[in-house]
Amino acid sequence: MPGITREEVAHLARLARLELTSEELDHFAGQLDDIINAVARVADVATEDVPPTSHPLPLTNVMRPDEVRPSLTAEQALSGAPAQEQQRFKVPQILGEE
Amino acid sequence: MSDLIRLTAAELAARVADGSVSAVEVTEAHLARVDAVDEKVHAFLHVDREGALAQARAVDDRRAAGEPLGPLAGVPLALKDIFTTEGVPTTAGSRILEGWIPPYDATVTRRLKEAGVVILGKTNMDEFAMGSSTENSAYGPTGNPWDLTRVPGGSGGGSSAALAAFQAPLAIGTDTGGSVRQPAAVTGTVGVKPTYGGVSRYGMIAFSSSLDQAGPCARTVLDAALLHEVIGGHDPLDSTSIDAPVPPVVEAARNGTARGLRVGVIREFGGEGFQDGVMRRFGEAVELLTTLGAEVTEVSCPSFESALAAYYLIAPSECSSNLARFDAMRYGLRIGDDGARAADEVTSLTREAGFGAEVKRRIMLGTYALSSGYYDAYYGSAQKARTLVVRDFARAFSQVDVLVAPTTPTTAFAIGERADDPMAMYRADLCTIPVSLAGNAALSLPCGLAPEDGLPVGLQIIAPAMADDRLYRVGAAVETAFAARWGHSLLEEAPAL
Repeated sequence: MPGITREEVAHLARLARLELTSEELDHFAGQLDDIINAVARVADVATEDVPPTSHPLPLTNVMRPDEVRPSLTAEQALSGAPAQEQQRFKVPQILGEE
Repeated sequence: MSDLIRLTAAELAARVADGSVSAVEVTEAHLARVDAVDEKVHAFLHVDREGALAQARAVDDRRAAGEPLGPLAGVPLALKDIFTTEGVPTTAGSRILEGWIPPYDATVTRRLKEAGVVILGKTNMDEFAMGSSTENSAYGPTGNPWDLTRVPGGSGGGSSAALAAFQAPLAIGTDTGGSVRQPAAVTGTVGVKPTYGGVSRYGMIAFSSSLDQAGPCARTVLDAALLHEVIGGHDPLDSTSIDAPVPPVVEAARNGTARGLRVGVIREFGGEGFQDGVMRRFGEAVELLTTLGAEVTEVSCPSFESALAAYYLIAPSECSSNLARFDAMRYGLRIGDDGARAADEVTSLTREAGFGAEVKRRIMLGTYALSSGYYDAYYGSAQKARTLVVRDFARAFSQVDVLVAPTTPTTAFAIGERADDPMAMYRADLCTIPVSLAGNAALSLPCGLAPEDGLPVGLQIIAPAMADDRLYRVGAAVETAFAARWGHSLLEEAPAL
């Protein structure tokens, strides 16, 4: 399997919303390459006939009654917000100006 | 040193219940110990002195009023900083949550409070539970009370160190790939990873949701069982919590025996990378099981060879998704919001400033493993490897009642030794990861000191899912036999702090 390049790490960092420094890109590229080479061995045992396991419990669709229950007040829910206004989370602009 | 801090949780609860000591006195003795040694150990990120004393007073009031007390009422506990605590700071060891005060209690927190357990404070941990040494905490490392220049394991190193330093007789950890068992092993304490779904994850900050499991930590097997019973059981707020009674763990811990038990030694754990002294003490523990009447055989689990690789794809994949919630919008740190920058730039700057190196590595590794074109080769293959691990356990448990292995390949390593070598750090979880992938239960307890460095070695006992009581039945028998051989508990050999 191909190794991971500095450019790929920069791309991953953008996807993962991490504003990495140039030094970090150099450092992480080598380390991620080592890790990926070490973990790639799982492909050797993953033959066609083996089904995947995503979870240890065979649960599907755990339901609860559809009823009103006590919950956090707006004040509690907003208590950790970096900024708030009129009982809402205040966020930087999401859409462009134009 | 006050005698109270040397007592077990069971002994303390009995004394509080019969009135020979008050819960406030017990709490004050432990807070005094924290004051005396935590500057050196750094097990705690936050000590909730007033909250602890208020909880202790409430227990004393209930007793004075003649109300019944639970089996751990008035006993102090150190809570891993990954559980939300209403009104008390919760950081998960991360800068991104510095100063965050949760508006609600985790189910584990609530059950502890309802049982009258006294929460002394929040313990140090690898950031978001990612690590095996507690060095990845944004707030500095924790020292191993056996040797302060060594790590106390991780991610729950603060909890295990608090026990070994006699700052608390009980602690709570979380185990995703070994974060309860590995710290227990390297500090000479007891740690249990219950069956996946045995303890609620509600209010436990998520790392890898198909693996994360809270568990009890203590200095004795019985104390761990008492705590297991308090925190375990179904919770409608966690849809993956098992809707069945908690296995009879306390009854098992009170009636330890290994007679007639079929014990399987996992052949794959040994050889290169395993410290001689660890294997020697492990071998002695296996011999001890034979003398206790167990029938010991060797069992092969070939898939365990690829379990570490599967884990380091599955856990980072789930973490990259779970940690997307730290977006600088609803809670925690926000960096660069100058009115000009757009939301996604603020998110990226905040995550860059708020996450440490290991968390960034794992988020990127997970993002890579889940990305289109690589998904089948990495995440898909890891899920298949996980199936093979589940099958190996099923085959092994058709032949034996419990499996045993060393908990860790080596004793506690030096602080800094593996800090910038991720693969070396990951290998600390080699023996604990298969259990996490399969979701069954395991316990680590001390089985001696390695002759070459005088540091604790852990024996790992593994049981099938929902047979957690077997861990305690065997563990209690082994603990009693070792105590008889040594003439004391292992922690009495730890150096004075």
